[in-house]
Amino acid sequence: MTARRAAHCAMLTALAMIFGYVEALIPFGFGIPGIKLGLANLVIVLALYLLPVYQAAAIQVMRIALTSFLFGSLSMMLYSLAGGMLSLLVMGLMRKTKGFSIVGVSIAGGVSHNLGQLTVAVLVVQNLKVAFYFPALITAGLVTGGLIGMVAYRVKPVLDQMEL
Amino acid sequence: MFRKKDLILIAVLLAAAAVSALLAASAHRGAGASVRITVDGKLYGVYCLTQECEIVVDGARGHNTLVIAEGCAYMAEADCPDGYCMDYRPIARDGETIVCLPHRLVAEVTGDAKARKLDVVVP
Repeated sequence: MTARRAAHCAMLTALAMIFGYVEALIPFGFGIPGIKLGLANLVIVLALYLLPVYQAAAIQVMRIALTSFLFGSLSMMLYSLAGGMLSLLVMGLMRKTKGFSIVGVSIAGGVSHNLGQLTVAVLVVQNLKVAFYFPALITAGLVTGGLIGMVAYRVKPVLDQMEL
Repeated sequence: MFRKKDLILIAVLLAAAAVSALLAASAHRGAGASVRITVDGKLYGVYCLTQECEIVVDGARGHNTLVIAEGCAYMAEADCPDGYCMDYRPIARDGETIVCLPHRLVAEVTGDAKARKLDVVVP
């Protein structure tokens, strides 16, 4: 990895952390507590298209670890990792699959992130009834992932010219 | 912006959401009778929905105050870091839940008729 690339990865990690902070200021409810727009995912989606997969994964891990250490707790980090790593894995595979645009990849990421967190929640509280949030979380992931994907679709050509 | 496979993905996800929503709806539409509180998967107590009361749950990870009023239950107070449990709408129908993930607490409405006769059941 060149120094230039390392600096870019660090910059994207910082941007993802800032986005995670900023989105707390944007009310985005659906009436379900804890639903977020997933602005940080905008950085991860773009990183998957502009950088090698392992560097996108590194940005995701660093973002979650740093945010949790600074503002959260160890248990929060486990919930975030469950959603974050599952969505990264799904988006990485979707990106390699022919026929999906960046919007489709982002939607799959949003939905899988929510399902990863729901699975951990069911395991932690040991109550299967919590899975009743399944339909709401699929819909929420579809909408948030779609919005993030559309923004990524617009931003990507600009970043392509910058030769990250 | 959208390709054909994207639209197929969206259609599949919408169908999955609709089917699971129908399943969930058929599973809990009846009026609930009591609220069952579990902490860490263990039963903390069962409380009648018709009995107005304030339940202070002192778990190993923190405190939650669940209020039962006018046949509904809602989280009035909690010292968890995210506070999401206080954002839930009041629950009253069979199968509805309020979750406080940091405290590993679940308040769940059940249609259990046995609790109708009792004010409080403590394990």
